[in-house]
Amino acid sequence: MEGVLHQIISGIATGSIYASISLALVMIFLATHHINFAQGEMAMFSTYIALTLIQAGVPYWGAFVLTLVFSFVGGLVMQRTLLEPLARAPVLASVGAFLGLLLIFNNIAGWLFTYTLQPFPTPFGTGAPILGGMLSRHELGSTAVTLVVLTAVWAFFRYTKLGLALRGAAYNPVSSRLVGVPVARMLALGWGLAAAIGAIAGMMVAPIVFLDPNMMGGVLLYAFAGALLGGITSPLGAVVGGVLMGVIENIAGAYVVGTELKLTTALVIIVVVLVVKPTGLFGKALASRV
Amino acid sequence: MTQTNSRILLVLFVAAAAVVPLLFATGYQLFQLTLVVAYALSVLGKNLVTGYGGQVSLGQGAFYAVGAYTAAILMEHFNVPYWATLPVAAITTGIVGLALGLPALRLGGLYLALVTFALAVAVPQLLKYKLFEDWTGGVQGIVLMKPDAPFGLPLDNDQWLYLFTLAVGVVLFIAATNLVRSRVGLALMAIRDQPLAAEAMGVELSRYKTLTFGFGALFTGVGGALGAIAVGFVSPDSFSIALSLTLFVGMVIGGAASISGAVYGALFIVFMPNFAEQISKAVPGAIFGVILILFMFFAPGGIASVLATQLRRLRAARTG
Repeated sequence: MEGVLHQIISGIATGSIYASISLALVMIFLATHHINFAQGEMAMFSTYIALTLIQAGVPYWGAFVLTLVFSFVGGLVMQRTLLEPLARAPVLASVGAFLGLLLIFNNIAGWLFTYTLQPFPTPFGTGAPILGGMLSRHELGSTAVTLVVLTAVWAFFRYTKLGLALRGAAYNPVSSRLVGVPVARMLALGWGLAAAIGAIAGMMVAPIVFLDPNMMGGVLLYAFAGALLGGITSPLGAVVGGVLMGVIENIAGAYVVGTELKLTTALVIIVVVLVVKPTGLFGKALASRV
Repeated sequence: MTQTNSRILLVLFVAAAAVVPLLFATGYQLFQLTLVVAYALSVLGKNLVTGYGGQVSLGQGAFYAVGAYTAAILMEHFNVPYWATLPVAAITTGIVGLALGLPALRLGGLYLALVTFALAVAVPQLLKYKLFEDWTGGVQGIVLMKPDAPFGLPLDNDQWLYLFTLAVGVVLFIAATNLVRSRVGLALMAIRDQPLAAEAMGVELSRYKTLTFGFGALFTGVGGALGAIAVGFVSPDSFSIALSLTLFVGMVIGGAASISGAVYGALFIVFMPNFAEQISKAVPGAIFGVILILFMFFAPGGIASVLATQLRRLRAARTG
């Protein structure tokens, strides 16, 4: 029983990292109806920026903040230059652009920083595990950071005027434009936010899985599964789905299929959700005008 | 140029493609050309699904892997001759394609892209899985013997394999051309361009979509089998997501909605890395990415549509 509890608790810890990426995916989906296949590679690239800063002598939290700023601006610029012009293009065009970004980030990272695994520091100390040996300090710290981020994002969308404008721009761009919301700027802002959230997830997962250009492949797949499980149209669902995926991964890895089929587990969940309940746990059905 | 003229030109081109490399190309160059044909077939499968069928599949590398492993397992464990593995690989991948297509195609659009992307990411892990290890060779993969030329033909392994692959390629390209021009092809394009109107005209959407997915998988699978025979080796890590992305790049650059585009795309994905790798191992991937985005912006129809436009302009200038 203790074993199961351990798996669940550490599953929640990794799941909270998946939840951030799921949330970033859902934010971009709600705003633009695109699925950002490059979300993971963007986060990976941001994490390398953080590592470079830390190695140059910047203290951890300084590097953390600088990386967020860099990622935010990077996401904003990408949306304005690359994706805005493709907003009304067919699905193939946007998917192609995202895959192009994925290839560029992955290979540029390999070129600049090599493909060798690199350790990434944790700011939470490496002392003995707590909660009766069930949770490492880093797991607790990263879960706390993720919770703070998720609460902040929720509060931003719920209680600020800017957040409301952003929601409006995503929900009904035409009416928003009529009441004076700068829709294009809002969508770029959303992209910036998603990139920054991804960067946090990257920096939190890197001490666990080590940093290399392919670090986010598995994480992205679990985040996709989490977003679909929760419902791709629901930010809350994305968070719940992401955390659930962390728990499912651990339980399945320990008791059902072993760690060798980790990615297949995510694939199966994606297929099952899409076939059985495509709207996910919290999502609503999308109607399209014909 | 009339239709007969262009047909004669095409035959001459194929004849040249068969003879010229035998006279001048080295063993390695022949190997690369063999790979071009294998990739061209795989990209062709993708073109059918995405370019003609309008469904974005990112997991074509998975079907390539199924074709490659079918050929390798038959040769290694059952002593099946290499040429006889191709029909089996075609049928196997076709069935796998149909089976995966059924659930995936109910979704359409982005969801299909997502599922097939996930499939492509998961493939190497499945190939490494313990339960299948006796067949797949696990992480080690399977090493294959290069076939010799039959009937005492005065050709070395590489020359024979190139001719054999080219012959299979030509047959399948003709088949694909006929498929696209048939009722099925017309129905597909109707579904792609005007799904509602097509359905109202009595085109059964799901049936045709699933069928194309199967056909697309079949072509890609045969390409994979030919590729495995040419490389002489299959291993899980050669069928990573990178392969699916490479095939996607080949499709976009060659021109998704064209038959000939598959050839241009395959030439590009085989030969471009040769030039770019002299700078760094990572550069070809980055160039793939940049070119992919540039094509999305400036030439969404790929090389095939650029060529067609130029040709039309040339002809108009001559007659006008």
